[in-house]
Amino acid sequence: MANGVTMTKDAVSAAAWTKKDLLGLRELSVEEIRLVLQTAESFREISLRPIKKVPALRGKTVVNLFFEPSTRTRTSFELAAKRLSADIVNITAQSSSLTKGETVLDTVRNLEALKVDILVIRHAAAGVPHLIARHAAASVINAGDGAHEHPTQALLDLFTIQEKKGRVAGLNVCIVGDIAHSRVARSNIWGLTKLGARVTVCAPPTLLPPQIEQLGVTVSHRVDEAIRAADVVMLLRIQHERQEAQLVPSLREYRLRYGLDRERLKQAKPDVLIMHPGPVNRGVELDSSVADGPYSVILDQVTNGLAVRMAVLYLVSGAPKVEEES
Amino acid sequence: MSKLLIKNGYLIDPANQRDGTFDVLIERGKIAAIETAIPANGAKIIDAAGQLVVPGLIDLHTHLRQPGREDKETIETGVQAAARGGFTTVCVMPNTTPPLDERSHVDFIQQESRRIGGICVQPIGAVTKGRQGLELTDFGELFEAGCVALSDDGHPVSDSHLMRRALEYAKVFQRPIIQHAEDRQLAAGGVMHEGLIATTLGLRGMPSEAESVMVARDVALAELTGGWVHFAHLSCAQSVEVVRQAKRRGIRVTCEVTPHHVALTHEAVGEFDTRAKVNPPLRTEQDRTALIEGLRDGTIDCIATDHAPHTDWEKDADFDAAPFGIGGLETALGVCARALIESKHLSWAQLIGKLSVHPAQIAGVSGGTLAKGADADLTLIDPEATWTVDPSRFASKSKHSPFAGWTLHGAVVRVLVRGAEVFPA
Amino acid sequence: MAESPARHEKPQPESGAFFVSGFREKAKVLDGAAIRRALTRVAHEIVEHHKGTEHLALIGIRTRGALLAQRLAREIEAIGEHPVPVGILDITLYRDDLSRIAPNPVVHATEISFDVAGLHLILVDDVLFTGRTIRAALNAISDLGRPNTIQLAVLVDRGHRELPIRADYVGKNIPTSLQERVDVRLNELDEKEEVVLEVPVDAERS
Repeated sequence: MANGVTMTKDAVSAAAWTKKDLLGLRELSVEEIRLVLQTAESFREISLRPIKKVPALRGKTVVNLFFEPSTRTRTSFELAAKRLSADIVNITAQSSSLTKGETVLDTVRNLEALKVDILVIRHAAAGVPHLIARHAAASVINAGDGAHEHPTQALLDLFTIQEKKGRVAGLNVCIVGDIAHSRVARSNIWGLTKLGARVTVCAPPTLLPPQIEQLGVTVSHRVDEAIRAADVVMLLRIQHERQEAQLVPSLREYRLRYGLDRERLKQAKPDVLIMHPGPVNRGVELDSSVADGPYSVILDQVTNGLAVRMAVLYLVSGAPKVEEES
Repeated sequence: MSKLLIKNGYLIDPANQRDGTFDVLIERGKIAAIETAIPANGAKIIDAAGQLVVPGLIDLHTHLRQPGREDKETIETGVQAAARGGFTTVCVMPNTTPPLDERSHVDFIQQESRRIGGICVQPIGAVTKGRQGLELTDFGELFEAGCVALSDDGHPVSDSHLMRRALEYAKVFQRPIIQHAEDRQLAAGGVMHEGLIATTLGLRGMPSEAESVMVARDVALAELTGGWVHFAHLSCAQSVEVVRQAKRRGIRVTCEVTPHHVALTHEAVGEFDTRAKVNPPLRTEQDRTALIEGLRDGTIDCIATDHAPHTDWEKDADFDAAPFGIGGLETALGVCARALIESKHLSWAQLIGKLSVHPAQIAGVSGGTLAKGADADLTLIDPEATWTVDPSRFASKSKHSPFAGWTLHGAVVRVLVRGAEVFPA
Repeated sequence: MAESPARHEKPQPESGAFFVSGFREKAKVLDGAAIRRALTRVAHEIVEHHKGTEHLALIGIRTRGALLAQRLAREIEAIGEHPVPVGILDITLYRDDLSRIAPNPVVHATEISFDVAGLHLILVDDVLFTGRTIRAALNAISDLGRPNTIQLAVLVDRGHRELPIRADYVGKNIPTSLQERVDVRLNELDEKEEVVLEVPVDAERS
């Protein structure tokens, strides 16, 4: 009953969102991360209404500019924009068309000529959103750049952990999988360590980037040991290409040594959370019994992704704009 | 302008162990006299008080892109850039389109540079046809056409057997094979140094060993064949150590380093700054220190620019897509002064050794000396002058420099080639 | 004019741009007892108007409107026979001044745990001024469902409407000039209980 809601002075940090773009979690302050999570909390209720729409971004134009195929992230951003009453256009450009002479910046300049407000960028190369942000007057949201960052995924992961565990600080979070090629891992490492979690990355050495421990994480090569102390186990997708690149001898070998199945899960804490950014490679990094099991919050991650992306769209749309550079 | 007298300059001529205030008289393009207080006798006088008078700088490693990519650079713009940088000779790499793998292509470079005038352009021929690493070019014909060395630069000669034959066959001509030392499989498509910065940015890294294993292999092949290998742009501590040991054992090996590798580390990549994308990549502070030590103890013979111009649209791309390479002719001297002289690693005489004397010897070209009777190729430097790097004012077509905005000491005041003033133009 | 991060997260009047260095109290218009009496009277008027308390629900506008709505609900429940649900409405997303000049204001959750359809809603706020907050609140409610009726109760009406909106229940009408400020202080947030009228110090017309 709403009568029971206690009204206290806002514990909100003074942090106002002043960034034109959201490019990564590395450059966000703890206060900014908390502001996004808190804003997302307020947005979550909108998706439960009969009319799932508020007019906050009415008249604004958002472009989903995806140079790499993605259904989940694109759909999540699309719904988030629509629930905020923004107009949204999806552009799925194949990176290959860029070799025909049009550069990424050409594409962006064309969009800017159409006066768009927010560009949501996904690209297979690290740094593309940063390049675009330097040249575009529109706000840029990084929806995943190569192996660099995927900030909204990490924010929704933090949100989900916060929701399920009541806190992030002090938790043991174990990220298992292809850390070397994972933007999700990098963004989560920044976000989790900033919010005070202890992060362990677990993978064979071939899937760990050099000097990763200097980002403030513990490195483990043995999943059975790593998951024992974990409050949260975050699994990453193993790409089939990794096998071809001799990074793992075979997917079968990976599954046997690192895949999470019910047997292996028995060693984990009884209240462990199992997370995965999707799409899941069933039978490789994650057994179906675990993916669909009681510890899995994979679908909560998807639900929360919507609220987090609404929050991010709302916040960047209000950031002070600079005049277009020449 | 038959007679020119440079008065009151401070002469640095390491080839002849001369270091002091002298006047230089130039007649008919040659150095006619070097003495204190030479009377004018009708010569045109250049007052060089407060300036260094040094043998003209010689770059062993320049890309001028012509023929083929005249949108990046032409021989004409490259020559102007080189003159502004204090160079009197540049050796141009053969990775043009078509590559300098046969006589007619080399002839084109010679004719075009003669037509343009200014500084000397010396071609480097390709080691293999089409720079494909499969079949040797006609070495004799290329050297006869004027090539000063052979290299597949940009590509390594990967095939060990082919490299062995190249080193062996080049012995006839007493000229080096210049190797771009990179194990392509080990580099594995990396775009920067493999380390913490690459890990943070999610960029593919190239380990230092991708260079040093190739250096070690080629040292072994040089030992096997008695041939002369010259390593282009060394970048890491391991390579320096391999060359140091090779030289101790008397193996015929020489090498170069670029100004950017002695001045910068991989930190310069920052947030995907493509102006710091070069191959070999900028490495760690430890590597940078080892390169400087290599220059000090003579392991590294010379400094070469690896001037690698690109267009704006190519460089203004994401880090993976942007090509490797930056312009370097116009910043080389100032950057070296900053990284090596101001920090007291080298004296001016040592620096001129690395930028003029040794490159002349390796390329086998005139220059690198201010001896009486030598070609009057010389550069006048104001060591105290302060200037700020503004790439938009480069003569080169390439406006990309990681040194943009740096304030440097040491500016080129005047450049003479065969006694003729080529800078200021 | 840049948005002022005033204590009331509400649209500021567009007209009359002033550079103000501060405010000083001009008059205390209501004290704690007067606030209590006003709420009791409004509660009676509501029950009177609705001929009881059935299907009645209160929606307070964040932040002080929500506190007043809870107090008002207790007063109404004391008179009538039915429980009166209270919801909290955050109107941030419905504001007509979300601008690119200042960062977007912090969004708080709307907490309405009952279905508004078919109810008689009383919208509660502390101060009625330009009417823009109420306009935003009406839009927000219409996205939640279709109540039978919506009425407006405010503690203070200070005039200067910019939209055709009026209050059905008013604690006190206070004539003000545009540059004055009405500050409602409630125990839960401000550790005191009063409504004061403030005038700008060194007010200077731009």
